Amino acid sequence: MTTLEKFYQGDIRALSRIISFIENRTSGYRDLLGRLYEKAGRALRIGLTGPPGGGKSTLVNGLIHEYLKISQKVGVIAVDPTSPFTGGALLGDRVRMNEFPAGGEVYFRSMATRGASGGLASATGNVAVAMDAFGFDVILIETVGVGQVELDIIDTCDVVVVVIVPESGDAVQTMKAGLMEIADIFVVNKADRPGAEKLAINLKQTIQTKKKKDGDWNIPIIQTVAINKKNVDLLFDKINEYIAFIKDNSIFFAHRRQQIRKKILNILSNRFRIEFISGLEGKVDFDQIIDDILKGKTNPYKVSEEMYQQFKKIS
Amino acid sequence: MTRKIRVLLAKPGLDGHDRGIKVIAAAFRDAGMEVIYSGLRQTPQMIVDAAIQEDVDAIGISILSGAHMTLFPAILEEMKNRKVNDIILFGGGIIPDEDKEELEKMGVAKIFTPGAPTEEAIEFLRQAVEKKKSDEKIM
Repeated sequence: MTTLEKFYQGDIRALSRIISFIENRTSGYRDLLGRLYEKAGRALRIGLTGPPGGGKSTLVNGLIHEYLKISQKVGVIAVDPTSPFTGGALLGDRVRMNEFPAGGEVYFRSMATRGASGGLASATGNVAVAMDAFGFDVILIETVGVGQVELDIIDTCDVVVVVIVPESGDAVQTMKAGLMEIADIFVVNKADRPGAEKLAINLKQTIQTKKKKDGDWNIPIIQTVAINKKNVDLLFDKINEYIAFIKDNSIFFAHRRQQIRKKILNILSNRFRIEFISGLEGKVDFDQIIDDILKGKTNPYKVSEEMYQQFKKIS
Repeated sequence: MTRKIRVLLAKPGLDGHDRGIKVIAAAFRDAGMEVIYSGLRQTPQMIVDAAIQEDVDAIGISILSGAHMTLFPAILEEMKNRKVNDIILFGGGIIPDEDKEELEKMGVAKIFTPGAPTEEAIEFLRQAVEKKKSDEKIM
């Protein structure tokens, strides 16, 4: 029996193997993903992002329990960074996830970024497709600890929860572009520490100064102490409220349509990059070209244009 | 590109001494491997579950409490029950030579004892993973 057949029968090991297959881009992975894609689309994808050590994993742990209470099957993808120096990674998010039944209701997979810099691994979205096709109801996706501009999560999820802590900064930090703009829900975690209330007020003011139309979603700010499960139920309620809201306002499907469009463009640009750029290797004498550029005989723009015209002729 | 080695490191039982396993985790990471560290007080069932979900090549166990003759067989048993026969189990800790021999006979691929250089563990793991054969058909 093939691994894919076992996958369709609900074999957890087959799911794990298929995820590795996708992650390693083993030859044939595009065909496989194509098939899984047609079976996916049912699961909700919820993203948690924020700075390192903010409590994302602990919140994920709490949310899993909330979903288990309503008999939902939960898949989790937790991303941690790959070393740019050695290619190795320490994936430590499982440490916070130790209290689950082994009946297949919860599936947890750690991923290393493997060179991607947007807060996720480049295969994270595809791994979510595999979990979705396997039959999980909810997929929780936890980014690496991010700074301000790692925003891939918005193209991968239906809901984005931004998790910050009282030490995350002052009022000006909350006004900065990037991370602070992508939240559908804010969590101020470790709210038993000094400064939580003040940060929540600053955030609220930032949100209120943003121009809003009638009927826009009111971004909530939830103060949690994830380690004691304090207010995790509230976060769970807000997530559900948000999903109901975007479904009622047809934002949900508009967002997914936009993600699919981006996905197609992404697949294409990857293929062009692979076929065009890798096609240059060995055929182009870069040393000679660079010599000419340094001598002022030509320039990078002209050279690239010539290569591009050449490529268009072949294809 | 050669395939990334994925390895699960865990501490079973009640033993909380995790310095050793953290040193190993850092060494494997620096050797270019993806190390999943699942922490303390793991039951055999949790360990094997994690290994399956993470699709690791190997499981590394650290035991400093003296309970190795109970815990290693329990993990092997759990692997057998779950039909996991292609994941390498190895370990380290304060383990007497006669126990080490017996464990290696039972099916633990290798036991490292105090003083073993990290390079030895890295080399062992690389070779053991390389030897694994698969006739898997994905589609």
